[in-house]
Amino acid sequence: MSEATNNTQAIPAATSRLLLRAIDLSKRFPLSSGWWDRNPSFVHAVDGVSFDLMAGETLGIVGESGCGKTTTGRMLVRLAEPTEGQVLFENESGDLEDIAHLKGQPLKDFRRRAQMVFQDPYESMNPRRTIFDTVAEPLQVQKIGDHAERLERVSETLGLVGLTPPSSFLFRFPHELSGGQRQRVAIARALVMNPSFVVADEPTSMLDISIRTGIMQLMGELADRLGISYLYITHDLAVARYMCSRIAVMYLGKIVEMGETEEVLQNPVHPYTKALLSAVPVPDPEATRDPIDIKGSVSVPVDPLPRCRFYDRCPIADNFCRDNDHPPLQDKGSGRLAACYKA
Amino acid sequence: MTTDPVLAVDDLKMHYVTQAGVVRAVDGVSFSVERGQSLGLVGESGCGKSSIAMTLLKLLPDNARLVAGSIALNGIDLVPLSEDEMRPHRWDRISMVFQAAMNSLDPVYRVGDQIVEALEAHSSSAGRDAMERVRELFDLVSLDPSYILRYPHEYSGGMRQRAIIAMALACEPDIIIADEPTTALDVIVQDHILREMQTIQHSLEMSMIYISHDMAVIAEVCDVVGVMYAGKLVEFGPTADVYARPIHPYTRALMSAFPSVRGEKHELVTLPGEPPNLLDPPGGCAFNPRCAYATDECRTTAPPIVKRGDQWAACWNPSDE
Ligand SMILES: Nc1ncnc2c1ncn2[C@@H]1O[C@H](COP(=O)(O)OP(=O)(O)OP(=O)(O)O)[C@@H](O)[C@H]1O
Ligand SMILES: Nc1ncnc2c1ncn2[C@@H]1O[C@H](COP(=O)(O)OP(=O)(O)OP(=O)(O)O)[C@@H](O)[C@H]1O
Ligand SMILES: [Mg+2]
Ligand SMILES: [Mg+2]
Repeated sequence: MSEATNNTQAIPAATSRLLLRAIDLSKRFPLSSGWWDRNPSFVHAVDGVSFDLMAGETLGIVGESGCGKTTTGRMLVRLAEPTEGQVLFENESGDLEDIAHLKGQPLKDFRRRAQMVFQDPYESMNPRRTIFDTVAEPLQVQKIGDHAERLERVSETLGLVGLTPPSSFLFRFPHELSGGQRQRVAIARALVMNPSFVVADEPTSMLDISIRTGIMQLMGELADRLGISYLYITHDLAVARYMCSRIAVMYLGKIVEMGETEEVLQNPVHPYTKALLSAVPVPDPEATRDPIDIKGSVSVPVDPLPRCRFYDRCPIADNFCRDNDHPPLQDKGSGRLAACYKA
Repeated sequence: MTTDPVLAVDDLKMHYVTQAGVVRAVDGVSFSVERGQSLGLVGESGCGKSSIAMTLLKLLPDNARLVAGSIALNGIDLVPLSEDEMRPHRWDRISMVFQAAMNSLDPVYRVGDQIVEALEAHSSSAGRDAMERVRELFDLVSLDPSYILRYPHEYSGGMRQRAIIAMALACEPDIIIADEPTTALDVIVQDHILREMQTIQHSLEMSMIYISHDMAVIAEVCDVVGVMYAGKLVEFGPTADVYARPIHPYTRALMSAFPSVRGEKHELVTLPGEPPNLLDPPGGCAFNPRCAYATDECRTTAPPIVKRGDQWAACWNPSDE
């Protein structure tokens, strides 16, 4: 598809090493009302998404709730199978390999090197396992270290994410922690493996500014020092501003804008990105904001019509946008990609 | 009509008993919420915000001990009530959006049916078509009506969060406690839902306690704000006053470090030192090990209450601007 080739032009510095390439990824969920339903509808959760991720790079994904961010992340770490498309990931010998074909030892290596921090820290933890067991589990599975070494490594990692003193958390159960404390356990579990790639799905949404900043600094430092790459999914555009070198903005399963973070935030091209930025609340009780320039209400991508996905809500759409297929992601100057006929 | 508060909390103490000792999660907290008012609760992760919320609803785990204090809801103290006596108040009069969005939906039932069930169990809306009401609620929280018939696992994280907001609003309670209700929502959907909630608040004179780490959302939504540190309220007052002239050094730290999307990209700062260990909180003022203004008094003796208009803080060395 043309979108895929367009996308790959956004590769930043030529010196960096490609770690992951998503090629035209799609995920559709059937919505069957029962066994008698011969023509089920489909939710087009992710629809033709392509991008490259360099070693040590943090790519932010922002977008409407339900637009396919989590589903995209899950496909990248092989927790969900794409309906179409491929994920290429650099293997231990430095070659790009389709992760769908991995099995045996190479799959095990991939499972160690690609981690996910789940969006909901309440859902993703076994309530009967202590924090130590939870964080040590991947080490156990991969047979890394003996008990004493694991204890030390887990304690150290808990300390890094601000769960101090670690000894007071090690043998508690998840329900004995606050929301933000669980969220940090989830981060610790992903980082304890020294991964090369982490899908971080809203990893700091329940943390106060100070602890959040600490975690962001930690993740940034690991990216610089060990070359870890992140796909950083967030609703907090200020967090994206500090964490990500590039941002992709998604709307109903599609990337609608992508580019250097500061460029996208200060100079948005796509009408959805503009609306999103104008909706960011300001920390001043006396301030007032302009109304958000978007029409209608949230829709779902069930059997979408062949037109721009944003058509129904777009303040600048015309008949051309209605009568033509969803616009391709195109370079709108200085490496910025946007999918809009009017921008 | 009197101006009695909807909710008056006095010297509330709730501790967790663990193998390692007693966690003082709520350690002598007093505040009240007027009819139609929104109170914001902010504070470091783990300082006891959700614990206050769960105590107000008396939904506590086995290892929790409600040690002291009273919770007057419309003048009735909830603390001595048995579980049976508590039931008519919960959801009908005081409801909650849990921080654990997934845990509050049953995975084996369709979401719409769960809300219908909640409506029927608490029949304040009796006589109305329950399904019609569910439609209204879905519209209110920007959920597509086709999702009424879907199961929780078919929802995205933010869709679940919206479903439990709908559920908490279903019975039109006198007061709603929203614990980080929009962490999984984009700012456009968040803006829509917060506006809808404010409309409901005004038309029904519903009160709200809004727990969040997002100081900007608190600024937009809340009339008054309470700042917590280590199980205690350390500052309280009208939002505009607290934001413009914070008294407590901890509040000032919270205000200064706010990252912005616009304008210059300033360096982010963290509070020095470590979060307090609630098994063994520091003596005197619990913030003293991290406070730039700490003196000997702060290390030994609980701080006095300093008042400035409707605003107060617990501090030995308050800011005097
Ligand atoms: N297992 C599933 N079965 C059916 N539909 C699903 C399933 N998982 C996700 N979906 C649908 O796919 C779409 C994308 O969901 P996804 O969880 O990827 O969104 P998201 O961008 O992460 O949203 P949020 O910000 O709210 O977490 C949604 O419409 C959702 O309802
Ligand atoms: N069941 C429990 N047993 C023991 N300790 C607990 C239990 N539940 C919570 N805690 C502890 O009590 C303290 C307060 O937790 P609470 O959930 O109220 O924090 P919070 O302010 O809501 O934090 P967050 O912003 O991270 O959600 C935390 O230090 C937590 O570890
Ligand atoms: Mg998600
Ligand atoms: Mg909490």
